Amino acid sequence: MAIIGKPDRGSVEMNAEECKGCGLCLEACPPKVLHLAEGLNRYGYHPAIYAGVGCTGCGICFFVCPEPGGIRVFRLDAVAAA
Amino acid sequence: MASYTVTHQKARAFYDTYERKAELQNQTHYCPGCGHGIVSKLLAQAIDELGVQDRTVLISPVGCSVFGYYYFDVGNVQVAHGRAPAVATAVKRSRPESIVIGYQGDGDLAAIGTAEIIHAANRGEPITVIFVNNGIYGMTGGQMAPTTLLGRKTATSPLGRDAMNEGFPLHVCEMLNSLEAPVYIERVALGNNKQIMHAAKVVKRAVENQVKGLGFSFVEVLSPCPTIWKMQPVEAQRFVRDEMAAVFGLCNFRDRTKEAQARPARAASPALEDLPRLLDLGNGSGEDAVAACPPQELDLRIKVAGFGGQGVLMLGEVLAEAGLDAGYEVSWLPSYGPEMRSGTSNCHVRLANHAIDSPLVSRPNVLLALNEPSLRKFLPAVEEGGLVLYNGSEIPGDCVRSDLRMVALPFTQLADELGATKVGNIVMLGALLEATGILEQGRVVGALKRLVHPRFFELDLAALARGRGEFRESASDDYLWGV
Repeated sequence: MAIIGKPDRGSVEMNAEECKGCGLCLEACPPKVLHLAEGLNRYGYHPAIYAGVGCTGCGICFFVCPEPGGIRVFRLDAVAAA
Repeated sequence: MASYTVTHQKARAFYDTYERKAELQNQTHYCPGCGHGIVSKLLAQAIDELGVQDRTVLISPVGCSVFGYYYFDVGNVQVAHGRAPAVATAVKRSRPESIVIGYQGDGDLAAIGTAEIIHAANRGEPITVIFVNNGIYGMTGGQMAPTTLLGRKTATSPLGRDAMNEGFPLHVCEMLNSLEAPVYIERVALGNNKQIMHAAKVVKRAVENQVKGLGFSFVEVLSPCPTIWKMQPVEAQRFVRDEMAAVFGLCNFRDRTKEAQARPARAASPALEDLPRLLDLGNGSGEDAVAACPPQELDLRIKVAGFGGQGVLMLGEVLAEAGLDAGYEVSWLPSYGPEMRSGTSNCHVRLANHAIDSPLVSRPNVLLALNEPSLRKFLPAVEEGGLVLYNGSEIPGDCVRSDLRMVALPFTQLADELGATKVGNIVMLGALLEATGILEQGRVVGALKRLVHPRFFELDLAALARGRGEFRESASDDYLWGV
């Protein structure tokens, strides 16, 4: 969620426990707001994380992610955007 | 405060947790960056969107994608290597309302399962097949697949795939596109965002076609295998986009969904009660069934032996058919070499008034030997008190057994006299019937009528009569009986 001005059009929730750190979502993300964490998850991967700012809610990361439940994508409600 | 709504999340067609043996119950078993995960996701999404989860049956293959049944909350069948299209056919035909999706890799579909996919496609089975092509055997550690690109080094092509040695990459879509029946064939890839989004549409179309009952739909997905390709996931994605797609052209090969008529899952079968009439078995009135209670105590274990072309198998078949007609339990077991003529040939026939334990006759009580080698080979096994008919003018001296009824008649010559060497077997059958009295003439004539070509029917009747006659005459010669 944007800190200043208009809220982001979207948001994304990365499941760090399901992530295997393949990095496809980083590559696919149009606004490049995803990156790999420095730390490891319990399986020993650097999971992808969202910086928390700049998501457009396009959903591309969801489709390129090989894990069924790795990513959840949200979009700003129309009412709130108005 | 801005509010957000979920637009993309785990499909309902997936289980919440994966109850598999391994510890990872929230993750799939796929490697980081594996294309299978993406294809599974696209497929689950399509199932959700079409609302067919409750009637979907996923056919899991052998290969990396074998664990489909751990992830998809749908009907699941795991099948032998390469056989997904055959099993999918069976499921679809027996449960026509189900949505049957075959999911196969390239080692499965394009190598060991090539025959199944071609024939399922050629029959136009109204199923959906998702073919994940990553050009390698991933699960088993990177052996060359039929779809491996030229020059690629694999565990089994360590010098790089060479067309001279290993042939060219197999283009399955193009191959299937040469067939008449398929309705929808398309090749897509997972090489970048655009390709993946297009793949999502195509996978959905392929399932939707089945929901509409249109016919065989096939989607090939060029997919990365980062681990075995020894590439980073992003690099593997680039390889799919640049290298694989250059060899395996991405396009829609066929879309006949507009012209295609919805077809039933299986051809209509005739009503059960019509079968006797359609197969020309009696009059179908059930009278035969009434007549068919075993007329007498019987346990005939017959071995018919000769060389191929003498009618050995046919003789046995007529016996079994007539026996069946008369209400006996029967079995007929042919045993012959690959030669149609002049190889050794024999068959085992059993007729009994009780259930038959084994169709194999190892201790015959009737031996019909159409030549001398057969007589010598099987005579020792004949049970005491048994009957032996031998095709010759006399039993060879060293073959005489006093504990048997042995009859030698030159059946082939008798047939020659009738004008056709080939009916020697029926002459012998006539003799057997005369000797044992086991079957009524009408049953045998009926069996002949069903089994032989009408052109030879009269000849066979004459042969049968000749056999009976010759046996009656010879039986009066005492010396032939149990010498």
